[in-house]
Amino acid sequence: MLGEGIIQGLVETARNFFGSYVEKDRLTTVQYPEQRLTLPEASRNFPFLLYDGTDPEAGLRCVACQICEKECPPRCIHIEKSKDKKPDFVGKQQAYPAVFDIDVAVCMSCQICVEVCPFDAIRMDKVYELSTSDRFGGLLWTKEQLSKPNEYYQKIHPLEAAETDERREKELAEAQAKAAAAAAKAAQAANPAPGDASGNGASAAAKPTTAVHE
Amino acid sequence: MISAGAVDQVFVTLKDWIVFHTPAPLQTLVSIVIEVATIIVVFAALFALTTVFERKGLGRMQNRYGPNRVGPFGVFQPIADAVKSLTKEDVVPRAADHVVHYLAPLVLVGVVFLTYAVLPVGRNMTAVNLDAGVLYFFAVGAATELAVFMAGWSSHNKYSLLGAMRAIAQMISYEIPLILSSVPVIMMAGTLSMVGIVEQQARTSGGLAHWNVFTPWGLAGFILFMIAATAETNRSPFDLPEGESEIIAGYFIEYSGFKFALFFLAEYLEMFAVSGLGITLFLGGWSAPFSFLGWIPSWIWFFGKLLTLIFGFIWVRGTVPRLRMDQLMNFAWKFMLPMTLIVIFSAGLWRFLSAAVVGPMPLGGVIRWLVCALVILAPYITLARGLERGRRIEKRVYRYAE
Ligand code: SF4
Ligand code: SF4
Repeated sequence: MLGEGIIQGLVETARNFFGSYVEKDRLTTVQYPEQRLTLPEASRNFPFLLYDGTDPEAGLRCVACQICEKECPPRCIHIEKSKDKKPDFVGKQQAYPAVFDIDVAVCMSCQICVEVCPFDAIRMDKVYELSTSDRFGGLLWTKEQLSKPNEYYQKIHPLEAAETDERREKELAEAQAKAAAAAAKAAQAANPAPGDASGNGASAAAKPTTAVHE
Repeated sequence: MISAGAVDQVFVTLKDWIVFHTPAPLQTLVSIVIEVATIIVVFAALFALTTVFERKGLGRMQNRYGPNRVGPFGVFQPIADAVKSLTKEDVVPRAADHVVHYLAPLVLVGVVFLTYAVLPVGRNMTAVNLDAGVLYFFAVGAATELAVFMAGWSSHNKYSLLGAMRAIAQMISYEIPLILSSVPVIMMAGTLSMVGIVEQQARTSGGLAHWNVFTPWGLAGFILFMIAATAETNRSPFDLPEGESEIIAGYFIEYSGFKFALFFLAEYLEMFAVSGLGITLFLGGWSAPFSFLGWIPSWIWFFGKLLTLIFGFIWVRGTVPRLRMDQLMNFAWKFMLPMTLIVIFSAGLWRFLSAAVVGPMPLGGVIRWLVCALVILAPYITLARGLERGRRIEKRVYRYAE
């Protein structure tokens, strides 16, 4: 019958209208600034740089290999390699980024930089509420803004972080074992010369073997 | 103790008092200014209220909160909206016809306000009591189509032109059922004056007022009138001229800032005006339905009925999805038009089935009611069957999009 469906619809909306005043669980809206949902583990938006320990300069994992810069589809990463070197987590001398900028106005959150980084140096963050009144400078994040400690990563992505930490511990142990073996060999071979032997051993061990597995 | 009559006439008394204390040569002018200013202020305030209640009501119908940030429960939302629309940039397309583009919203608002001149919002509260009030209302109301087309044409944009053409097609198609559904009332009242129509309905017999909606032709006419009014004011489900998902915003796509706000205002004012006409024609205007409720001031009755009808509009908007163009036209010409003609016939029958034909009052009245209702109901069922025949509702199969 013509009009029957409309009556049914009207009844339904009337039920919603009055029901929403009575049953609170009908209203699914999260009143955002006051109420927040916890984000799921897999959520991501922009990349950040990881460092070990407490000093963001000394502990920065990035070695300025610039793979992420080349792979980033919209080209929003800008890296300038340092002239000098510093030891990485297994003790090998590596370059570090003198400048590391990400233009988050351009970043499309694809996570490709994370996938390609051989040094577990870059990861996806969960932060939002990033609005700024300066639409150029305010959205170009520098190395200082991007660097965050490993503890932070363990907090926001516990499962991924556990996997990464385990792998890196193994790498470190292997590197130390190799260094010890090399040192022992060098000591056995001829007159002990401890200084340069350890350097060679570590370089072999720290050779990147795995990228990040998701 | 203030009598109910004094409260009822408080605004009229106030106006008379102000006019009485002005110099004689200015009295006519002051009286006109007061009336016009009151209409503008009261209905603009009602517009502000309606925008927030509409958004809250729609929200509740969709199990949302609606606006609840500005002020307690979001009641100051209209102020925030006004500030926003006043401070927005007013963009005029380079290709637009600047003069017409500028005039369109003003013409629309002006024309809509003109319709309020004949609306009786309370006992003795009509700005102008024209003998041809209903005719005037429809004539002025039809001028809104001109403003809409001015907006659509001058914007020099294909979407606004499409929207304007849809609007014209729709408004002209639905103007016919709108006017035809008010014909029975005029036939029965024997006058085109709005005040006269209300006064006839305000009479009571046996405690019940003579509202037209209490008769079968009045009830059917009222429903048809409100459907046509919804289409006439471009409200959903007949909001094709501004279908956001198809032609973005139709004829006001190129309007921004305060001009857009004016269009918005005009649209709501049109809705109030046509609801006011519906109240006047069918719901007894400012009169009370039962004689024992007569102590409530007449303007409270009018605005109460107006708010109820506005809620009805919001309710329908929250329920029914937008029609397609062909459905719209089919509905107007194949359903609305024949039904209004049948209602006119039923009203004629009602007029001639007097007590002499159907017998004395209680039983005779019931017989008359049933006969006239049947005259409307039977064609309705036949028509509905006919329209639904050959329309199978099946699961849709998508051949290319998968
Ligand atoms: S997430 Fe994608 S777009 Fe953003 S910096 Fe990494 S590679 Fe570039
Ligand atoms: S790929 Fe990793 S290590 Fe290389 S520059 Fe990018 S973040 Fe640094």
